[in-house]
Amino acid sequence: MNDLIEILLSASFWAAAIRIASPLIFAAMGELICERAGVLNLGIEGIMVAGAFAGWMAVYAGAGLWMGVGVAMAAGMLFGLLHATLTVPFGLSQHVVGLGVTLLATSATYYAYRLALPEVTSPPKIDAFEPYAIPILGDLPIVGTALFQQTPLTYGAYLTVIIVSVVLFRTPLGLAIRAAGENPSAVAAQGLSVTGIRMGAVITGSGLMAVGGAFLTMSAFDSFFFEMVNGRGWICIALVVFGAWKPGKTLLGAILFAAFDALQIRLQQTPIGADIPYQVFLMAPYILSILALVLMSRRAAVPAALMVPFNKGER
Amino acid sequence: MRLEPIPAPSLARRLGLPLAALTATALLAMGLAALAGAAPAEVAWLVLRGAVGSKFALLETLNRATPLIFTGLAVAVAFRAKLWNIGAEAQLYLGAVVVVVLGTGMLPWPAATLLPVLAVVAMLAGAATLLVPTFLKTRFGVDEVVTTLLLNFVALLFVSYLLEGPLKDPMGMGWPKSPRLIPEARLPRLAEGLRLHWGFALACIAAVVVWVIQTRTIWGYEMRTVGLNARAARFAGMPVNMVLVRTAVLSGGLAALAGFSEVAGAKGSLTLDLSPGFGYTGIIVAMLALLNPLGVVIAAIFVAGIFVGSDSMSRAAGVPTYIADILLAGSLLAMVLAIGLTRRRVVWR
Amino acid sequence: MSDAAKAEIVLRLEHITKRFGPVTANEDVSFAVASGEVVALLGENGAGKTTLMNILFGLYSADEGEVELFGHPLPPGNPRAALDAGVGMVHQHFTLAENLSVLDNIVLGTRPIWSLSLGLRAARARVMTLMTDYGLHVDPDAQVATLSVGQRQRVEILKALYRDARILILDEPTAVLTPQEAEDLFATLRIAVARGLSVIFISHKLHEVAAISDRVVVLRHGRVVAQAGTADTSRADMARLMIGGDIAAPALRPSAPGRALVDLVGVSTPGIGAIPGLRDVTLSLPAGQVTGLAGVSGNGQGALADLLAGLIRPTSGTLAIDGTTPTDWSPRTAIAAGIARIPEDRHGTGTVGDFDLAENAMLERYAAPPMSKHGWLNRKAALGFADRIIAAYDVRCPGPTTPIRLLSGGNMQKLILGRVMEVAPSVILANQPVRGLDIGALTYVHEQLLAARDRGAAVLLISEDLDEVIALSDVIHVMSEGRLSPGFDRGTKTAVELGEWMTGAGFADAA
Repeated sequence: MNDLIEILLSASFWAAAIRIASPLIFAAMGELICERAGVLNLGIEGIMVAGAFAGWMAVYAGAGLWMGVGVAMAAGMLFGLLHATLTVPFGLSQHVVGLGVTLLATSATYYAYRLALPEVTSPPKIDAFEPYAIPILGDLPIVGTALFQQTPLTYGAYLTVIIVSVVLFRTPLGLAIRAAGENPSAVAAQGLSVTGIRMGAVITGSGLMAVGGAFLTMSAFDSFFFEMVNGRGWICIALVVFGAWKPGKTLLGAILFAAFDALQIRLQQTPIGADIPYQVFLMAPYILSILALVLMSRRAAVPAALMVPFNKGER
Repeated sequence: MRLEPIPAPSLARRLGLPLAALTATALLAMGLAALAGAAPAEVAWLVLRGAVGSKFALLETLNRATPLIFTGLAVAVAFRAKLWNIGAEAQLYLGAVVVVVLGTGMLPWPAATLLPVLAVVAMLAGAATLLVPTFLKTRFGVDEVVTTLLLNFVALLFVSYLLEGPLKDPMGMGWPKSPRLIPEARLPRLAEGLRLHWGFALACIAAVVVWVIQTRTIWGYEMRTVGLNARAARFAGMPVNMVLVRTAVLSGGLAALAGFSEVAGAKGSLTLDLSPGFGYTGIIVAMLALLNPLGVVIAAIFVAGIFVGSDSMSRAAGVPTYIADILLAGSLLAMVLAIGLTRRRVVWR
Repeated sequence: MSDAAKAEIVLRLEHITKRFGPVTANEDVSFAVASGEVVALLGENGAGKTTLMNILFGLYSADEGEVELFGHPLPPGNPRAALDAGVGMVHQHFTLAENLSVLDNIVLGTRPIWSLSLGLRAARARVMTLMTDYGLHVDPDAQVATLSVGQRQRVEILKALYRDARILILDEPTAVLTPQEAEDLFATLRIAVARGLSVIFISHKLHEVAAISDRVVVLRHGRVVAQAGTADTSRADMARLMIGGDIAAPALRPSAPGRALVDLVGVSTPGIGAIPGLRDVTLSLPAGQVTGLAGVSGNGQGALADLLAGLIRPTSGTLAIDGTTPTDWSPRTAIAAGIARIPEDRHGTGTVGDFDLAENAMLERYAAPPMSKHGWLNRKAALGFADRIIAAYDVRCPGPTTPIRLLSGGNMQKLILGRVMEVAPSVILANQPVRGLDIGALTYVHEQLLAARDRGAAVLLISEDLDEVIALSDVIHVMSEGRLSPGFDRGTKTAVELGEWMTGAGFADAA
């Protein structure tokens, strides 16, 4: 019990939680934008894989770190374009297309990896983002260590949440996105293009998902492994539901989730943890996500037109 | 652009578009092979030869198709009722687990009783695995796509725990692997000297049974109605939740039979790489078959052929095997688009 | 108002033709609208009114012909151009996002999309002014989901006015209003034309057209069959022009009510969101009588229909069928109890579009012989059943193996009618049975309901069209906010009096 309290009060624990949360924040914000516009993007898992590889590969090939982030984002947007084209103007099943995009992005990434590094047994490391303490804020006790001694990419995650919130709730564009997810014919009746808004949201959101993936290779593990995304995309979908499609609550959910994940890693190293099979700890995030979905199912403010295709010819 | 419905599409449209979709993805894959420095035509030839070019290759393809028929059927049955079962992987593993638990000596019965019992119990385990997300869907309205996906990870970790703990093979030299099944628990070969076990025959029979259920029985009629229009089904007095439960039992059971057939037929023991994504590939199989149970058999053989052929091509031409996965994922998307455009035409305006 | 000397022509339609595949929706349609004028576009369902307005609004583009707004040709197929030119459209199905506020709905799309601010403060002030000027009061911060249908329509009109619309198009605006709310709408429209706006009023209700319009344009089968000043045309002439003949009013035979086949005593059901359930409803449906249920949509009629269809159960009170209270109440038991259910939404609940006619015909009786035996389907029985319905109910179709989505609404409704009538039901629940049907199918359905009444069935007719309820019912009840009025015998209440009940006046707990 004392172990537990000690862990929960340590700044390094919360710093780890924020680190674990960062890729989830990017990807969950990306998914949130898509779903707010009315498109469920199950391509998230594969797009994160593609982003992880693209960013890492670009840096390995000599690009700067931010350039790498840009390359990852572009890769994500490319798969986003594919997803959006099939689901928005063609109105195809968002479930099947999303899974197809995940399978395609994953296999295309693995293929590209094998082509780029045919003879390599263990993937090379890159010089990834380093932690950077923000002046003054970083000196605050506990909070400073936890929040403001992170890598620049984590600060990017904070910024993303702020931008997504402001755009969604304070600008005409955001209003149009939300309306497209609630009742696309309301958007069309104002002479706005539902297709354009939804496609833009899916492409932008997919770009953010890819940055989330890139965080893994460029700010966490410094290298690319197969199966490194490991269900994080699916967890982000649960986080968006948990956050009731609101950026702030989704952020909170991501941090809570990451704190739990950080906790289980540490508990494994305590005496209690040694008696429990490690698989139980590893299962916890997935089971937690399912529980979150059940818990929030009753009061979820799901966008009314989520997964409803819009074709202006039909009424 | 806009889509205009075509009330009664022509036969040419209904057959031509899917064929065009497959051709387009095949061309894409050949382009990717060229990226790897291989001659596309040669790659295509090598894949074909590797898949069906010899008796050995053909049997290998049919062996590989066996679990895919089961998972493809599992997905086809579920999708037909709009139950989005993406968890065939988990159901497959849970089915395999009970086969190993009961088939390694716990039930010392002759094959004639043991094998049917193993199959049925495996199906029950798979069914139970899918019933959890189905219940969460009917009771709490939780989207089963996400829950079945997440449960795949849980199931795999559970198997990992079993293989390092209670089900660990004492003779396995520390490798996470189960003991071997007793001979009575092994599916015999279809014919003496033929490298194809009874699992393949069972899969084909299962496809026919599923087809009969779907087209000839009231349960199948209910499943189709619920899938096409759940509100109309409820209005007509169908027990919609019960129909979903029945669908889940059938779908989960079929996926678990893939686990049964792989352990009892092909491998003889359980390892963590029992399924290289058979559950996910089942989705591709089902979609390529347009959710038709009989079509699943053909689609599964096609998909298995791509995998087997790519393996052998990869060794010869140095193109990574992942080209097979790209080809299949691409054909899934192209096929969905082809189906979508069968009944609607694009109007540019 | 239409002083031709000073009135400027604001809209001109020239030889508009629009085809959907083999169907010609509009053929060579021409007319003009002047400023400060209310033009009624009169026509039956399927006459091409809505298509024409969608062309004018830029949602469709015409195959031939031209639209001219304020002297400039309108580029086809672009709603933005129509909006910017000052056309405001209030669709029959509102285009509001329910989970957004009234204000959000109004400002949607009014500022450049990349602008950094929504400008809500200025917008609010402007909306408040418009509300006072036009008498359109509604809380700007309310979520649309919480508003009544009448309030939602006000939001739609505000949306158009906020965009400086000079021409207002209203598609069947009174279909969802009580007569009193319709009066309020007319008052708003009169303010609008006094301020120089033009109004195109689409309707098939003659008395409204007579009350509000200056000129009337009659459409039939996609063509303009007449244009005239409203004052110069009698209602009877309008009706004849609209339908192409005289309306055959259903023959009114006196009813002979028998014993009560359905009895509700003090029944309440839960509401769904802003739509109320039933509140302490007592109703009895006697054999051999058409009981009409009038009311504005979303006042609990849906709950009553769902209850009788077996979809929901009372939370309190009792439901008795032919004198006995069923222990189990579900769609299946309702069907078994002899209730013929004609659902409100024939596409969404009545049929499965991808099933053929035979599969649709057997939907309600697939689980018992002859349609199935021991769980095995009998396809022959289903085909036979469908054939019988097709022949007896005049369903126009290629055959029982045709997918039902290929049928017209009228033929689809005839199949549903046949499916439930073939087994001589004792109770008929007809929820909006003729909505969207052309005059032929409409008359047919009404005749069938009256014939069933004469055979001794208890018929419950639920309709938002007060005229339909008055024409067919022996006894009329009105629903408002889940409450049921007493039954009024045929001829004892006028439309206006019933309209008062629809607004909630007259109920015991009314303020």
